[in-house]
Amino acid sequence: MSIPTTNKQTVEIGKANKRKYMLEKVSQRLFLICALLSVITLLLIIGFVFYKGAHPFVAEGYSFIDFIFGSDWVPSEDKFGIFPMIVASIFATIGALIIGVPIGLFTAIFLAEIASERLAKIISPAVQLLAGIPSVLYGVFGLAIIVPFLQNTFGLVKGQSLIAVILVLAIMMLPTIVTVAETAIRAVPQTYREGSLALGVSQIGTIFKVIVPAAKSGIMTAIVLGLGRAIGETMAVILVAGNSLIVPTSLTDSVRPLTTNIALEMGYAFGTHQEMLFATGIVLFSFILILNFVLAKISSKGGN
Amino acid sequence: MISLNKVKIGLLLLSILTVLTACSNNNKDTTESSGNNATVSISGSTSVGPLAEKLAAKYTEKDNTNIEINQIGSSAGITNAISGVSEIGMSSRDLKEEEVASGLNEVIIAYDGIVVVTHPSNKVKDLTMEQVKQIFTGEVTNWSELGGDDLEIVVVSREDGSGSRDAFQEIVEYSSGELIRNSIIASGNGNIKTTVANNKHAVGFISFEYIDENISTIDINGVEATAENVLQKKYSLSRPFLFVYKEGQLTEAGQQFIDFILSEEGQLIAAEAGAIPIK
Repeated sequence: MSIPTTNKQTVEIGKANKRKYMLEKVSQRLFLICALLSVITLLLIIGFVFYKGAHPFVAEGYSFIDFIFGSDWVPSEDKFGIFPMIVASIFATIGALIIGVPIGLFTAIFLAEIASERLAKIISPAVQLLAGIPSVLYGVFGLAIIVPFLQNTFGLVKGQSLIAVILVLAIMMLPTIVTVAETAIRAVPQTYREGSLALGVSQIGTIFKVIVPAAKSGIMTAIVLGLGRAIGETMAVILVAGNSLIVPTSLTDSVRPLTTNIALEMGYAFGTHQEMLFATGIVLFSFILILNFVLAKISSKGGN
Repeated sequence: MISLNKVKIGLLLLSILTVLTACSNNNKDTTESSGNNATVSISGSTSVGPLAEKLAAKYTEKDNTNIEINQIGSSAGITNAISGVSEIGMSSRDLKEEEVASGLNEVIIAYDGIVVVTHPSNKVKDLTMEQVKQIFTGEVTNWSELGGDDLEIVVVSREDGSGSRDAFQEIVEYSSGELIRNSIIASGNGNIKTTVANNKHAVGFISFEYIDENISTIDINGVEATAENVLQKKYSLSRPFLFVYKEGQLTEAGQQFIDFILSEEGQLIAAEAGAIPIK
């Protein structure tokens, strides 16, 4: 009698184990599928954009060089040149960096090194909240405040201009730069500070001679991430850029960056016009890829 | 207990699967499940689209017909009507000769007026068609040349491909390539209005339905921009809203929808939507 009972028990335990392992395996698969989902989505997007965007150059005989360096964009007359937009995108991003990086960096230093805990507790959430504001609201803010301000204060003929784009983008990249740079600065070992201060260096001297250099790779990451945010921004820019098809020669010219060209015309485009907008997307995508490559370089350097 | 757990897991997986498949099939289902009712597919102009949507919403309230409207631009809509992809195409411009030649019939469902607008402070209130062209092609760049203050002109236009822009350019007779390069490009009538209302240099064009006191309207050749003047063909900056279909392709349901639009009730809806009724 006793033997069959044990057998029965072992069988039941074995069964329970089997179920446990099965469950384990099933959940592993489930997680794998979830993880693969983002990879698959990425591949689908890349594949789709490149398939659509490359079509005019591969099958319809358009020249890619003319596309990149052509200065005329008149879809209804079959002219597709995005040079003014490339220039506009680059100028707008560089301009935003020139304004946004110092402000963001100083904010990060202030929060991590100088501000009292109480003050930091007020400023930090405010900065993070800035990141959560939908980008179109930045655009509305730009259109309602910055554009009229530029028109009225500086007597510009039109407020929709490169400088308006730069100002909006600079504000938008602040949260990214501040949060990442602050983390990097906080990660600098306390001993660095103590050593520097013990040698009689002032606090500001310590910050700029010791801490910032030590957090360099983290700060560079912050800048590149901010840059990525600026170059890909669309909805805010579309409202304040003016979207003119000219190569900007001054800060007061209205511009059309790559992103707004796609968003502005995709609704109406079909055929070659639509494919050319996808091709614009490829160019934009290349910019982002290069940025990511740079980012990877920086972080691997930081690791060493 | 254990088998109960198994059942639970099984049910969970099943429900996940159902949700996933339901998500992917959702769109198809909604279009196919109403297969009993007739479906009228309409595609074309983004200017006619909103009006057609309103008409369709009212029409489907009392009729079981399923009306699908795709706003993809006049030219694409006309192409679809010719190829049979859509039963009816919407156009906010007149048909070209080759389009008529391919056997399309057109029905004018309403008219729309386009008006040139400026900042309320602008003293210029009347322009000739030639002057409008000169402004938009950059030959005239200062309001003083047109009798206004000494202010630089800022041209605001719609994006390339927009039906309003196509119609405007066709009537004023300039091409997209001739449009002054540093013009501001605004997406949509509302955006043009906001831009012009906030800039005393600016000039733009919008649909009649967007006119209000924030902007000043310009008379063309001395004719004021009003619905009556459009109907009497005095005001030239106007365009027809067309439904086009291929002979023999129109279903009974499609014909009934067009009849509804042309009826008194349909025209009233059109007027409420801001278009100019045909009668």
